[in-house]
Amino acid sequence: MIRKFLLATAFVLVCWFAVYAANAADLQVPQQMTAGTDLTLHPSGSGKATLYLTGPDHVEKRGIRLGEEVTISGSALKASGYYQVMIKSGSDQSASRFFVSPAEPANENFLARPSRVPVAKNDVISGVAFVFDKYRNLVLAPVPVKFSLTVGDTAPMTRTETTKNGVAWVKLGSARKAGAAQFVAKVDDAEVRRVVQQVASDPCNLRMKAERRDKNIFVETDPVRDCTGNPVPDGTIVTFTEVDSNGRSTVDARIKRGIAQAQLPASDNATISVASGVVLGNEIHLGGGR
Amino acid sequence: MKRTLPIIMAVLLVVLVAAASIRSGKLLPATNPQGAVQSLFEHVKSRDFAGAYAYVASSSNVDQGAFTRDLVGKDGSLRTNASLQEADTRVLRENPNQAQVRANLKWSTAVGAFYDTRDLSVVKENGTWKVVWPVEKQPNLPPQVIPVNYLRWDIVRRGGEDDWGAQSVEAPRVRIISMNAIEKDGGVIILGEIVNEDTVPGFVSVNATLIGNDGSTIGDESSFDKISHTLLPKEVSPFRIDFPGVKLAKVKSVRMQPNALLVPASADPVIGVLHQRIETDARGKHVLKGELMNESGETVNIPHVLATYYDNSGKVVWVSDGYVDHALLPQIPVSFAVGLRDDLAAQVHSYRVTVNQYSMDRSQ
Repeated sequence: MIRKFLLATAFVLVCWFAVYAANAADLQVPQQMTAGTDLTLHPSGSGKATLYLTGPDHVEKRGIRLGEEVTISGSALKASGYYQVMIKSGSDQSASRFFVSPAEPANENFLARPSRVPVAKNDVISGVAFVFDKYRNLVLAPVPVKFSLTVGDTAPMTRTETTKNGVAWVKLGSARKAGAAQFVAKVDDAEVRRVVQQVASDPCNLRMKAERRDKNIFVETDPVRDCTGNPVPDGTIVTFTEVDSNGRSTVDARIKRGIAQAQLPASDNATISVASGVVLGNEIHLGGGR
Repeated sequence: MKRTLPIIMAVLLVVLVAAASIRSGKLLPATNPQGAVQSLFEHVKSRDFAGAYAYVASSSNVDQGAFTRDLVGKDGSLRTNASLQEADTRVLRENPNQAQVRANLKWSTAVGAFYDTRDLSVVKENGTWKVVWPVEKQPNLPPQVIPVNYLRWDIVRRGGEDDWGAQSVEAPRVRIISMNAIEKDGGVIILGEIVNEDTVPGFVSVNATLIGNDGSTIGDESSFDKISHTLLPKEVSPFRIDFPGVKLAKVKSVRMQPNALLVPASADPVIGVLHQRIETDARGKHVLKGELMNESGETVNIPHVLATYYDNSGKVVWVSDGYVDHALLPQIPVSFAVGLRDDLAAQVHSYRVTVNQYSMDRSQ
């Protein structure tokens, strides 16, 4: 009698568990997804349930029917990172975790430094590209980035670097020609352009001539250029110094249209020198039988 | 007795007030040369230029307007914002009818005290001593148009809507090209020169931090006004940073920090520094003298002269500065003098003078 009772109880329990198992949602999701793609779930079971979705930048709650297809829109899965989806029906719940990885590269941020650099210097221009997908997720997979630096009509200096953890960087030398260099970083169709002003370096072979005019000595430099032949920008200071028996006279002239001019006091016997920054030019002796 | 004292005090008060009012309305004749000069400057101190003019000898051949302009300045010069604080007078020579009196004047100005020394002739006119006031005859520039087409630098900075990778314009590259630490007057003084190596103008300053033998910070100072703050491309400026009350023996190292900001600027005016020479002044002190010539077309209101002195190895041994109390009118030379320490005069092998300028009509 007791044995029959136990068998009947066991049978009832098995049936009850079978009914329970049949109603509970069975949740299966892919472990890896791409940002922006729709996710379709097929929760097994029957009856009403509530779906919860939590992600890096999105939280969602909605009612579903077990046994029917449930679609989570790609717009809810734009940010890359770990997501958790949970279906709750009564006191039963089922959860799963999955990873959304970035989509194809579509954007980039490009840091080019400095904005202004002297010509003909090695490794003075740095470019750092951060590659993003169209949802602004940093693309962690290796992606080739093409850097190119061009001044005027000269052939571009190009270098291709592969991103590491979403970042690619390059160091380039400045060209020998002054001008606004176009510094471009290109990833697939995404292209960002920066301008690096390549400016003349220190004056080179600074030379002047002097002549007496009325009551003054008029001094004028030859066109002031750097060692690679670029004209030194207007506004640059050129110092003329005259030393004679009356003392020392100096004029900090500004380069204007490529040359610097100044008027110094007249003297019968003077030594005139020219300098710009730390660069010295020629020296002229006037009068004194020389 | 109870009423007597208040009555006496009241009468005394009335008498003193009356005496004071009579004195302010009437000038006392100078009975000696020093008194004449002293009285003149006392009236200048209280900005009573008409009263001061009463002590000017008729032989000066100067009208009251010119006399006043000479004292209060013009063209927005430093003197226009100055007031006389002290006048120390001393008779140099004297005979019954003529004397020479030296007046050491201290003016207070917006940039600190300004010192001026004048040797004045004093003559006896109608029984009283009067001062012969030598008014500077400044040549007038004929009306003309001076074309100015110097460069200006303006700046467009990155906007708030640019992406975070967009670059802004860099600050100019500046470099300290020499530095020397000396001990003078019980303090440490850091001297040196800084150059703007870039192709754009910069607003520069130099900070120095003294590190003690135990590694602690002794002091932190900046160059303040002993520097040309606005440096055009390739312009070199001296700097001097004073640490009063610090012994050089206690300093292990000096940390220098040049700072530069990109600022809008203009390449004019050009100021020539002519006929620089080291001389000794009337008091026997070494001074660097010369003339400033404004080669542009705009008045420079307050010129500031910075002098750098080098020894025979080219090391900076001293930096001195001085403001000129006259405005620089175009093409008209104005003399200047800046002090040089007597104990360093023998070391000085060469020197260089640069000029800062402050013009009211120009914001940069």
